[in-house]
Amino acid sequence: MDIAIASGKGGTGKTTLATNLASYLAEKDKVVLVDLDVEEPNSGLFINGEIVHEMDKFKMIPVWNKDCSLCGLCQEVCNYNAVLHLGVHIMVFSELCHSCYACSELCPDSALPMKPKKMGRLKHLQHGKLSFVESRLEIGQEQAVPLISQTKKYINENFYQEIIRIYDSPPGTSCPVIEAVKDVDYVILVTEPTPFGLHDLKLTVEMIRKLDKRYGVVINRFGIGDEGVSTYCREENIAVLAKIPNRRAIAELYSRGELVYKHFNDVKEQLDLIIRSFDQLVVGESV
Amino acid sequence: MKEIVIISGKGGTGKTSLAAAFAYLGGTDIVTADCDVDAADLHLLLQPEVKKAEDFYSGQLARIDQDLCNQCGCCEEVCRFDAVKFLNGKYSIDTLGCEGCGYCSHVCPVGAIPMEENNVGEWYISTTKVGSTMVHARLGIGAENSGKLVTKVKNEAKKIAEEKDLDFVLVDGSPGVGCPVVSSLSGADFVILVTEPTVSGLHDLIRVHQLVNKFKIRVGCIINKADLNLKVTSEIKDFLTQEKIVHIGDLPYNDIFTNAMVNGQTIIEYDQNGLSAIINVSWKKIKKLQQGDN
Ligand code: SF4
Ligand code: SF4
Repeated sequence: MDIAIASGKGGTGKTTLATNLASYLAEKDKVVLVDLDVEEPNSGLFINGEIVHEMDKFKMIPVWNKDCSLCGLCQEVCNYNAVLHLGVHIMVFSELCHSCYACSELCPDSALPMKPKKMGRLKHLQHGKLSFVESRLEIGQEQAVPLISQTKKYINENFYQEIIRIYDSPPGTSCPVIEAVKDVDYVILVTEPTPFGLHDLKLTVEMIRKLDKRYGVVINRFGIGDEGVSTYCREENIAVLAKIPNRRAIAELYSRGELVYKHFNDVKEQLDLIIRSFDQLVVGESV
Repeated sequence: MKEIVIISGKGGTGKTSLAAAFAYLGGTDIVTADCDVDAADLHLLLQPEVKKAEDFYSGQLARIDQDLCNQCGCCEEVCRFDAVKFLNGKYSIDTLGCEGCGYCSHVCPVGAIPMEENNVGEWYISTTKVGSTMVHARLGIGAENSGKLVTKVKNEAKKIAEEKDLDFVLVDGSPGVGCPVVSSLSGADFVILVTEPTVSGLHDLIRVHQLVNKFKIRVGCIINKADLNLKVTSEIKDFLTQEKIVHIGDLPYNDIFTNAMVNGQTIIEYDQNGLSAIINVSWKKIKKLQQGDN
């Protein structure tokens, strides 16, 4: 079962929930935790483990081999201005390239073969029953989506779908998060009971509905702020799966990179509530 | 005119609350630009009244004209993004998957795939509650090219600041290290990094600073929630010294950020005492740093 943990706004506790939930589940069962927030991958700071596998990840970009008639078709077909025909040169701007292959495959002289260029690095760790996979975008690479999709591919090739696979997703509602959540079975939206939290939650709900996914909300830092998020969820019939209390001691544990549920039973109870809602999902599927 | 950009790498560090406080202090001397177009929240505190709204088009999307399509399937073969779907005997484009590369359109033998301009959002010019101009935007769900919308918002803000001969454009930047942040940073004169003393905060600070370094912009840093973890705070300070980043100020871990937000207020309006005073001093410091290189 694939479960994404997402939030419109950053810093709402997405990573806290993902790491605590995965580690807690892994006390009993095999679990995979995947950090798809490739721009700022933080889950790894909370997980220790032994390295199973590490590899560079590449995206394909055209490289000019100089052996061409300079017809300029490549520049014409590239919709991202990533290829420039300048005098007797063809220049490729790899940061702008979306790897669509159009210039390469339409080139009459086959002068723009696609070659790999490093965009990031994937790491796979093991800690007890918990498998942890993260990818990290090279600084200067601007597109997160190809790295996210390759990381998902790695997961599908290396782990069975039967076990719980948790994806810590990038923040926002644009292309990277869509790539992260579009194939999962269930999405947990983490929010804060504040006006910013509510505003961004509404945008995220709109996105999840557009993708037609099943989802529920976890309210983090419960007790601070106002009633807005709870009222909204009630009015929209959105399941609130759990409420993680607002507590300075939790923020302190987080600041040190420690798991919270190990210290607070009430947090563990909230995780149990979330896990129980997964069980219902599985039952729901088999009917 | 100087362009000051506030970014944080990691979310939840209080970046937007600080941006709003600075915008409040700057009053009508500045133009504010909300470039966090993906999760734009600044308007919740500055309560702008929209004066002008415009659609924003960026990139293209493919559409298959069913009357012309002869079902050859060439489009499906070339699309690297699995965006051409064959459903109920018809080819169609999955608009969330389509990257707008136009390859399918090029190879379609009967010209059945027009590429259409993609409406990715809306942008606004507004007047904030302090009477200053604010440029902001709303990105459509699942839209691409948020970087281009960021550039649009920023350029409009700069244009207005120049026309009115104002001193500063204050930019609330995007999270992460990808294309929207790169667009937020390009052309900036000064960057304020807002961080927090957590292992994630420090980790993201180092990453986003690596990115800022590529632009050769001067950098200052504000440590929010500085008393949450004194050990990490001192690690952050060491990092600032080592990288020659100006340490602008420290703020304590405090619920006032949230309480002010609940009231739809900036911190300056909500809390006239401690926090406001620190932010005031920080803002003066930031302004002074801008004069240095004139
Ligand atoms: S592969 Fe596509 S995006 Fe990349 S340079 Fe060629 S035409 Fe442009
Ligand atoms: S424009 Fe490009 S991405 Fe969109 S459907 Fe056509 S080939 Fe695929």
